[in-house]
Amino acid sequence: MESCNCIEPQWPPDDLLMKYQYISDFFIALAYFSIPLELIYFVKKSAVFPYRWVLVQFGAFIVLCGATHLINLWTFTVHSRTVASVMTTAKVLTAAVSCITALMLVHIIPDLLSVKTRELFLKNKAAELDREMGLIRTQEETGRHVRMLTHEIRSTLDRHTILKTTLVELGRTLALEECALWMPTRTGLELQLSYTLRQQNPVGYTVPIHHPVINQVFSSNRAVKISPNCPVARLRPAGKYMPGEVVAVRVPLLHLSNFHINDWPELSTKRYALMVLMLPSDSARQWHVHELELVEVVADQVAVALSHAAILEESMRARDLLMEQNVALDLARREAETAIRARNDFLAVMNHEMRTPMHAIIALSSLLQETELTPEQRLMVETILKSSNLLATLINDVLDLSRLEDGSLQLDLGTFNLYAVFREVLNLIKPIASVKKLHVSLTLAPDLPEYAIGDEKRLMQTILNIVGNAVKFSKEGSISITAFVAKLDTLRDSKAPEFLPVLSDNHFYLRVQVKDSGSGINPLDIPKLFTKFAQNQSTGTRNSGGSGLGLAICKRFVNLMEGHIWIESEGLGKGCTAILIVKLGMAERVNESKLPYMPKMPTNHGQTAFPGLKVLVMDENGVSRMVTKGLLLHLGCDVTMVGSSDECLRLVSHEHKVVFMDICVPGIDSYGITIRIHEKFTKRHERPLLVALTGNTDKVKKENCMRAGMDGLILKPVSLDKMRSVLTDLLEHRVFFEAI
Amino acid sequence: MDVVNQLQRQFIDYSASLHREGFLDDQFTQLQKLQDDNSPDFVVEVASLFFEDCEKLINNMARALEQQQGVDFKQVDASVHQLKGSSSSIGAMRVKDVCIAFRSFCEAQNREGCLRCLQQVTHEYSLLKNKLQTLFRLQQQILAAGGSIPVVE
Repeated sequence: MESCNCIEPQWPPDDLLMKYQYISDFFIALAYFSIPLELIYFVKKSAVFPYRWVLVQFGAFIVLCGATHLINLWTFTVHSRTVASVMTTAKVLTAAVSCITALMLVHIIPDLLSVKTRELFLKNKAAELDREMGLIRTQEETGRHVRMLTHEIRSTLDRHTILKTTLVELGRTLALEECALWMPTRTGLELQLSYTLRQQNPVGYTVPIHHPVINQVFSSNRAVKISPNCPVARLRPAGKYMPGEVVAVRVPLLHLSNFHINDWPELSTKRYALMVLMLPSDSARQWHVHELELVEVVADQVAVALSHAAILEESMRARDLLMEQNVALDLARREAETAIRARNDFLAVMNHEMRTPMHAIIALSSLLQETELTPEQRLMVETILKSSNLLATLINDVLDLSRLEDGSLQLDLGTFNLYAVFREVLNLIKPIASVKKLHVSLTLAPDLPEYAIGDEKRLMQTILNIVGNAVKFSKEGSISITAFVAKLDTLRDSKAPEFLPVLSDNHFYLRVQVKDSGSGINPLDIPKLFTKFAQNQSTGTRNSGGSGLGLAICKRFVNLMEGHIWIESEGLGKGCTAILIVKLGMAERVNESKLPYMPKMPTNHGQTAFPGLKVLVMDENGVSRMVTKGLLLHLGCDVTMVGSSDECLRLVSHEHKVVFMDICVPGIDSYGITIRIHEKFTKRHERPLLVALTGNTDKVKKENCMRAGMDGLILKPVSLDKMRSVLTDLLEHRVFFEAI
Repeated sequence: MDVVNQLQRQFIDYSASLHREGFLDDQFTQLQKLQDDNSPDFVVEVASLFFEDCEKLINNMARALEQQQGVDFKQVDASVHQLKGSSSSIGAMRVKDVCIAFRSFCEAQNREGCLRCLQQVTHEYSLLKNKLQTLFRLQQQILAAGGSIPVVE
C-alpha cells in the first residue's frame, strides 16, 4: 500500500473499524498532549505545588503516551521501518516512564491524601476560632456598652440625668421593653416607682418593701431573675401576650457616712433601690449570663454616681445656705453700723444741744443766786439749780455710758495722789453724811502708795458713786471706807471666775471696801445691780433719785481699769459691803515726773509777781509782741524780745526760764526751733521751758507741740490773770497745756 | 473837781459805747490794766504801733491785689494773717472780724471778694483810729485836769 499524506483517504467499507480506531487514536493523542499543557498552565498559575518533578514525570509519561498513540496513526496503513522503530522507541520509553510513575505514585498518593485530611482539620479549627471570635466580640461589645454607659452616667452630676441615662442606655444596649427604677420612700417601708423608660410620667406607685421577692433581690448583689407577676414587674398593661423575662438587681444607695478613710463602704447599708429590667414579650429571648453581668456592673456604677451626685447636691446646698447667711449677716452688720452711726450723730447733736441750754440755766441760776432774793425765791432758785445740776450729771452719765459701750472711751492715765482722792471723796460726802447723822470713817493701809498711775477722775467718780450709794441707802449708823493693797490670796477669793489678776512689778491692785449699815439688799437682786436702768424696786425708800446708771458706769470704768467690783449683802436690813478692786500703776518718786494739770482742781494763785524771772518772747507780729511784753513786764518779769527764730536761737541762754513762742505764723518752723533748743541744752534743769502761744489751735497741733518737745501751749488772747496762773503752774509743775 | 468828774464820766461813757458797738473788746481792757506807773503810756504806744502796722499792711495788700496779671494770694493771706494777729492783740474786734472773712476769700482766691474786704478793712481801721484818738484825747484832758484815768471793767 502506498502511504499518502492526505488525511482523508478513501476508505474501503471494512476499514470502518480502522477508521474509528484512527479517529480515537487521534483524539487520544490530542488529549494526551493537551493535558500536560493544561497542567503546566495551571501549575504555573498556582504558586504552591510541591511535587513539580512528579509533574514532569507525569507530563513525560503522558506526552510519551500521546506520542505513542500519534505514531500509531501511521501504523494503520503500510508503514516503513523507521516508523516502526520510532513507534517501538516510543512505546519502550512510555513503558519505562509509566512504570516509574506508577512506582512514584505509590508514595505520592498517600501524601496527597494526608494533605486533604489536614486541610479538613484546619477548616474545622478555623470554624471553631470563628465561633470563639464571635463570642469575644460579643463580650467586648458588652464591655464597650458598659463603659459607655458608665461614662454617660458618670459624666453628669445631676441625679435625674444619671438615672434617666442609665435606663435609656440599658434599654438600648439590651433591647429591653421596659426598664424601671424603684426608690425607697422616706419612711423606708415602701418602694416608690421613680423612673421608667417608656412611661413618661410614672405615677407615685408604691409597693411595700417587705416582699419576699424584693428581699431576695436585696439580699444578693447579683441580678436575679424574677417572675413577671411580681408587683414590681407589673408595669405593662396586661395583655394576651407572653411577658418577657424579668430581671431585678439592687442598687445600693450610699451615704457620705458610709465612706470611712481606710475601709470600703460597709455592706450594712440598709437602703437599696430596685432596678427592674424586662425583655420584650413574645420574643423568646433569654437573659444571657453576660447580659446579667452587664446589669450588675451598671447597678454598681449607678450607685457610685448617685452618691457623688448626692454629695454634690449637699455641698451646693450648704454653700447656698452660707451665701444667704453671709448676705443676711452683711445686711445686719450694715444696719448695725448705720444704727450706731445714727446714734452717735444723735448723741453728738444732743450733747451740744442739751448742754447749751443746761449751761444757760445753770449759769443764770447761779447768777440769780448772787442777787438779792426773798427766802422763798432763794429756795426756788436753789431747787432749780439742784435739779439742773442733776440733769447735767444725767446727761453726762448717759453720754459717758454710750461712749463706754462703744469702747471708744479711753482712760486718761496720769500720775496722781491716791491719798488726795480719798480725802476729796470724804470731803464731798461729809456734808450729806452729817445731815443724815451718819458717821464716816476712812482707813488707808500704811502700805498703800501715795502716788499711783491711773485715771484719777474716773477712779474718784467710781469711789464717790459707791460711797454716795452707801450714804443714800443708809438712814442711820456708820459708813466705813477702807483701802489697801490687795494680795494675791485676797484677789483670788473674789466672786468672779473670769477675774484673773496678774501681778507684775509695776502694778498693784487697789482694794476698796465700803461698808454701810443701811437697808441692805436682797441677795437675789445683787446680779441686777450693775445692769443699767434696772432700778431696785424692793428697797423701801424710793427717793433714791438715781437713774440706775451709776453702778453700771462704775462697773464699766472698773472693767476698763482691769478690775472687778461687786456687792455683798446678807439681806434686807443687814447693810451691805461694796468691794472694788482696780489695777493701778506704781508711780516713781514725784520730783522729776510731770504731773498733768487738772483744770478742775483748785490751784493756788500763790504768786502775784515773778520778780526777775527772765523770759524770752518770740513773735513776728509787732503788736502782739508788745502786748505780751507788757503783760509780762506788769508781772515783774525781765523780758527779752526777739522777732525771728534766728535771733531767738542766738539770744536764748540758760538764764531764761521760759520762752514764749508764737507758732501760728506760717513760715516759722517752731518745731524746728524747739528741737534745736533741746539740742542746745542737754541738761533738763538748764533748759528754759518752751511754751507755744497761738491764736487758734486744734488737738492735732497740740499733739504736735507735745511731741516736738514743748512744755506748754496757751491760747491767745491772754488775760493778765491767765498769764499769772500760767506762770505759776509752769514754774510749779514744769508743764502747762491748756485744755482745747 | 467837777470838771474832772465830768471828764471821767464822759470817758467812761465813751469807752462803754466803744465796747458796745463792738469796736473794742475785752482784750483792750486787759491792755488798759497793764498800764501802770512803770509804763504810763503803754496803751498809747501799743495803739500807735498798731496803726503803723495796719497802714503798712493795708498798702501791701492793695499793691498785691492791684496786680493785673496773677495776684499773689499767698502774700495777701500772709498780710491778712498779720493784721488779724495785731488786731486781736489790741482788741480791735471789728477789724479782726473783717480779717477773718478776708482770709476765706484769700483761700478761695476770689479777687473781687478780697478787694471788697480790703475796702472794709480800710474803713474799719480809719473809724477805729478816729475813735481811739478821741479816747486818748479825753485821757489827756483828764490827766491835764489832775485826775486819774478811771478803770472800766
